[in-house]
Amino acid sequence: MGELAIELKGIDKSFGLVHANKDINLKVRKGTIHGIIGENGAGKSTLMSILYGFYQADRGEILVDGRAISIRDPNAAIAAGIGMVHQHFMLVENFTVLENVMLGAEDSWILNAGITKARAELKRLEKEYALEVDPDAVIEELPVGLQQRVEILKALYRKADILILDEPTGVLTPAEADHLFRILEQLKAQGKTVILITHKLREIMAITDEVSVMRRGEMVATRETDKTSVEELAELMVGRRVLLRVEKGAAHPGDVKLSVKNLTVRDGRGVTMVDDVSLDLRAGEIVGIAGVAGNGQSELLEAIAGIRRAVSGRVELNGRAIDVTGHADPAELRQRGLAHVPEDRHHVGLVLKFEESENAILGYHDDPKYRKGFILDVDAIRADAEEKIQKYDIRPPNARLKTANFSGGNQQKIVLAREMERGPDVLIIGQPTRGVDVGAIEFIHKRIIEMRDQGKAVLLVSVELDEIRALSDRILVMFAGRVVGERAPDASEGELGLLMAGVEGPKEAAQ
Amino acid sequence: MDFLQLFLELAQSTVRLSTPLILAALAGLFTERAGVFDIGLEGKMLGGAFAAGCVAFVAQSAMAGLLAAIVVSVLLSLVHGYASITQRGNQIVSGVAINFIVAGSTVILGEAWFHQGGRTPALAEGARFQAIELPFTEALRGVPLLGPIYADLISGHQALTYLAFLMVPASWWILYRTRFGLRLRAVGENPGAVDTAGISVIWMRYRGVICCGILCGIAGAYLSLAANAGWTKGMTAGKGYIALAALIFAKWRPVPVMFACLLFGFLDAFAIRYQSTPLPLIGKVPVQLMQALPYILTVVLLAGFIGKAIPPRAGGVPYVKER
Repeated sequence: MGELAIELKGIDKSFGLVHANKDINLKVRKGTIHGIIGENGAGKSTLMSILYGFYQADRGEILVDGRAISIRDPNAAIAAGIGMVHQHFMLVENFTVLENVMLGAEDSWILNAGITKARAELKRLEKEYALEVDPDAVIEELPVGLQQRVEILKALYRKADILILDEPTGVLTPAEADHLFRILEQLKAQGKTVILITHKLREIMAITDEVSVMRRGEMVATRETDKTSVEELAELMVGRRVLLRVEKGAAHPGDVKLSVKNLTVRDGRGVTMVDDVSLDLRAGEIVGIAGVAGNGQSELLEAIAGIRRAVSGRVELNGRAIDVTGHADPAELRQRGLAHVPEDRHHVGLVLKFEESENAILGYHDDPKYRKGFILDVDAIRADAEEKIQKYDIRPPNARLKTANFSGGNQQKIVLAREMERGPDVLIIGQPTRGVDVGAIEFIHKRIIEMRDQGKAVLLVSVELDEIRALSDRILVMFAGRVVGERAPDASEGELGLLMAGVEGPKEAAQ
Repeated sequence: MDFLQLFLELAQSTVRLSTPLILAALAGLFTERAGVFDIGLEGKMLGGAFAAGCVAFVAQSAMAGLLAAIVVSVLLSLVHGYASITQRGNQIVSGVAINFIVAGSTVILGEAWFHQGGRTPALAEGARFQAIELPFTEALRGVPLLGPIYADLISGHQALTYLAFLMVPASWWILYRTRFGLRLRAVGENPGAVDTAGISVIWMRYRGVICCGILCGIAGAYLSLAANAGWTKGMTAGKGYIALAALIFAKWRPVPVMFACLLFGFLDAFAIRYQSTPLPLIGKVPVQLMQALPYILTVVLLAGFIGKAIPPRAGGVPYVKER
């Protein structure tokens, strides 16, 4: 033991004024799974891109297997036995699995010979690591989990001994993530070294042998995983103590604010996504909808928010019907006291090319307070944005910065500030902390509970079970478009898990 | 046999008129599959035609003319490559600029060098490409049906026409059966995947652009050395754009590109053949309408009949390493 697969000495890298990596030292032992954790923008990805030859360090030294080498481009990294699975897959979507695996490693200028060899090699890798994929399948027709497997196969096909995975579980369902971890264990058992970059503490604890923490471009600590705790790592990441579970008092539910009766929604292909769902949401309570992604939660939210038409059913907001099966008008719903934080902030919640202040009023731009006659009152808009920036601690505090330049957590805060500051009666929130840092999660959770305590009705959809359990006063579980059960927030994870998996109530499940 | 005669006549001129379209559309295929859109096919062809006309006249050699056409066209495509690959400029703007520059400068240079008012001197036989008589043409002419088809349709074209049609399967093979083709297609779809596989995106794209230049040069040489006896101003007459339309129509695939070009070539042939002949039921059709027919059909076909043409996904987008 103790032999090093990779050693980084004094790596330093700046992009213009941004000092992304400051004097980084890192030792990764051979045959281990080494986690690198840190908030978004802490410099993890930059560091790994340097190791993979995508960028060159301004200073510093890279040792692979004890030998100092210079990695000028990905070719050099591949030659040194380093493979990388990128966060956004580097696959050609309309190529087959085989073509993607071969690309850049074709052997000869005519493809045929290489194809036969690649096919045989894929079969061997498939057996050795339990990585089944049909070599003739076209990438875009494969589920995300399998696409990721192709990325891993690509690295193994190039004889990688060191595999870097950049935020590999961000796009995976929990089941796919578990499968990935089994694959990683398998790779480790075969003597490969795995570097896992993530900002999810739970994954680090579950799978790594050692973990290094980065914060604002610096490597702040390295720990053996079984000698550290989630709390310690969170504190190291953020630089202060973090409450992983926010405190909240008892709920005091009032009148029904939002009532959904027998709602059925189909998607574009005619598949029933929401199947006869009924629920009541009262003032002063948070109702959480748990479920594995893709079981109809998204469509339910969209139908209520008026951006997806339902097939049948009735939805009432403050006692008045919403025309969910006809032309519900999201702008009108907003005026009637419904605020919506969409699941996908990049495509639905924000216009990334707009400046912050413009996004801060998106959807409310016809409010007279932002207008001077029929033109926008830019000063009023900016003043309003500055106020929200202060209150929600949005960083950097610059209302004129392009929204794309904010981190995920701060983008989410922009959306939350916009929707919450209108004082809606009903707030529906999808995936409030997807891709958000630990520090910001704490802030967002506190704000949601504050809304509840002010007597607002909150409907929360999240695929993070921990989040649902921490925030909700009641939990509804959705499976295959139906609400399959209601539980109190203190229900065990196992019980909820069974419901989410579509196994009937716990009685039947216990043998 | 009157009908056969008519058919052969039309088919033969279809083949002749399709030749530059096929070469130009395949040129577009190579660059656009690599992710560099090129609206400058027209300009490169015209530049090639001009260079061919000048050099063939001076050197009294068709081959020298062809070579000059290729050199000029490749140089123009490198300008486009430099603007859109290295400098990450807008590919449409760069392509349009090339069209304008060539349209203007060829006239000026032609006038300065030859003083013939928008044309290069007429080429003698030896400085042009000659029709090639395939073997056994006369022997087979007597065979019913197949004989005339062989003699009048298949035989008797210029070398560049045979080259154009041979380039169709050749392009297919290059694109789908070689390492170069695999990488070329990949770089037009997801340059990130190519970069992380350790292949230079920039070099791959330049190679695509150079292939485009070579084929456009040949197309240009065909116009001034085979289809005509010299260069005249604006002689491409929108063929570059028709080739582009055929490329889209064919969804960026070599064999359909050939059929699309044959269709447009046929429309052209039809228009020329019948521009002054009264048609049954319709009567005499104005020349202008006949000449406009290929363009009208292009619009109709593109708008309604070919379904969605999905361009290479990274087409038109300069590659920047994500930060």
